[in-house]
Amino acid sequence: MATDSLTRDTRLAGLEQALARHVSGHGCETLSASGEVTLVVPAAQLLPVCRILHDHADLRFEQLIDVCGLDYAAYGKGEWETESASTFGFCRGVDRDVDLALNDPRRFAVVYHLLSLAHNRRLRLRVYALGDEPMVDSVLPVWAAANWFEREAFDLFGILFRGHPDLRRILTDYGFFGHPFRKDFPVSGQVEMRYDPAQGRVVYEPVTIAPCVLVPKVIRDDSRYLGPDPVRASGKGA
Amino acid sequence: MPEIRNYTLNFGPQHPSAHGVLRLVLELDGEVIERADPHVGLLHRGTEKLAETKPYNQSIGYMDRLDYVSMLCNEHGYVLAIEKLLGVQVPPRAQYIRTLYDEITRILNHLMWLAAHALDIGAMSVFIYCFREREDLLDCYEAVSGARMHATYYRPGGVYRDLLEQMPQYQAAGTQWHSAREMAARNATRQGSLLDFIAAFAQRFPGCVDEYETLLTDNRIWKQRTVSIGVVSPERALQLGFTGPMLRGSGIAWDLRKKQPYAAYAEMDFDIPVGVNGDCYDRYLVRIEEMRQSNRIIKQCVDWLRKHPGPVAVDDYKVMPPARTAMKEDMEALIHHFKLFTEGYCTPPGEVYAAVEAPKGEFGCYIVSDGANKPYRLKVRAPGFAHLAALDEMARGHMLADVVAIIGTLDIVFGEIDR
Repeated sequence: MATDSLTRDTRLAGLEQALARHVSGHGCETLSASGEVTLVVPAAQLLPVCRILHDHADLRFEQLIDVCGLDYAAYGKGEWETESASTFGFCRGVDRDVDLALNDPRRFAVVYHLLSLAHNRRLRLRVYALGDEPMVDSVLPVWAAANWFEREAFDLFGILFRGHPDLRRILTDYGFFGHPFRKDFPVSGQVEMRYDPAQGRVVYEPVTIAPCVLVPKVIRDDSRYLGPDPVRASGKGA
Repeated sequence: MPEIRNYTLNFGPQHPSAHGVLRLVLELDGEVIERADPHVGLLHRGTEKLAETKPYNQSIGYMDRLDYVSMLCNEHGYVLAIEKLLGVQVPPRAQYIRTLYDEITRILNHLMWLAAHALDIGAMSVFIYCFREREDLLDCYEAVSGARMHATYYRPGGVYRDLLEQMPQYQAAGTQWHSAREMAARNATRQGSLLDFIAAFAQRFPGCVDEYETLLTDNRIWKQRTVSIGVVSPERALQLGFTGPMLRGSGIAWDLRKKQPYAAYAEMDFDIPVGVNGDCYDRYLVRIEEMRQSNRIIKQCVDWLRKHPGPVAVDDYKVMPPARTAMKEDMEALIHHFKLFTEGYCTPPGEVYAAVEAPKGEFGCYIVSDGANKPYRLKVRAPGFAHLAALDEMARGHMLADVVAIIGTLDIVFGEIDR
């Protein structure tokens, strides 16, 4: 097992060197944590960087494994007071109405997972979709697999992909309104449907149930895991 | 002259060979496919959003329901991601049990695929043969978890419990439908432990695969329906994000079990079958051979597990609940149990991606954590999603009846595509 992790470490080091050599000129930032490398790419540089990652012999990321939309509006916001609770006594009321950072310019991000079969390496790209209307370039010209993955990110998060030829909803219902995976979209949804015998068709109505989450979100600064947050630590690259 | 124009056909969502709830809008020129537009999402349940509202362990059961014919492989991808986030080391016996059950799952999935694929193309009897063996494997699931399909057996840090010492048996006296003699025949392989039962299965299973092959491999009709249908070149397979048998059918020897080994796969001796032409027939041959290779792995796991007893979960109350006996006398254990089941455990902030070679391809879980007891974002990378996206390209220019063969060869399940 020791040799296995050793080879993985040398593989990672090789990847970081190759990234430093070929894409550092594009304002990218490399983060490395738990054996995985993340490249934070400025939105304007996404397509040129992807082309290099796909084509260059040192990188050769032939496969786009996954595209994932992300909404950071509730990131790091717990629903339960943990730290000051013990000094003030047991006043640990659950706060269900967390203030969401809806206007944070770095609210939305798109995360790409790449795989290189030639070098047996993985790489993660993160692009922050800035602005009121989150939009990034479509990587469809580089990887054909991006087609449905980008449609999904559009459907669930409302992130637009510039240059996508067929940006339709994919997972939600025909005529669905809103983007359900955003943090300001309730788990119970906005509308419910039933068959109306009078009209002889299915009708949509506002939901009558309240969202009910049994276990509140608790953030504990566990002493075992002290250290900076590798996800949001990056300042540049956005 | 009558006007000639393309004909649009709705295929599904209630069509038996649409494998669940696929609505396929086909544009036809005569009987030739001009365009295939799959409409998915009819089974969308928002699994990933639901996982954001629950402590980590409560979402394990959702993973079973993604690809509901390869249940434990999905769980494996999820618990691997959590273990990576927590930095938990899983004991070797648990690693081998997971390997064993992943391969049982692979055979389960491929049997289901073969049964349905053959049935779609018109070979009815294969279905019955495949389900005969599936029955035994589902009994292995039941013996270890109590559930025949949605096992919820893996946990971050190990597995829920050790393998049974005594394989459950049928009622010896018989019922009103089955005589005592039938029951005795069924119980013949159930006299020993669960491992004995699995070993007996692994002994006879290659013969069963021979039976399926007798029915199909050299069958003229089968070959007419699958050879040179849905050909994908290796370059296109990479571009389209194919993984698993779909990629190997096009001749690329890529298998995460070999290339990025997890669980106990580094210790296993097995081969990766690859296709040559990248058509439906080659992918059929690849999956048939994968069943034989899985059987080899199962035998090796059974041998190892017989010789090496030991813990099947990490001894860390922060992630694994204490034993019931410990809870009765140990205050510490009781508190940990209470905290674990009311609040769960908090992970360090960060993001991980962990992937397993599921029967259908690469199943991956991407977890973003902000240090809470729930995932901030869980993204499930389902192999079938990328495969179905390629249906349009694969079906273009083929006849209407070939679409059924192509849907079959994709091995799609809507639980994981729609999530």
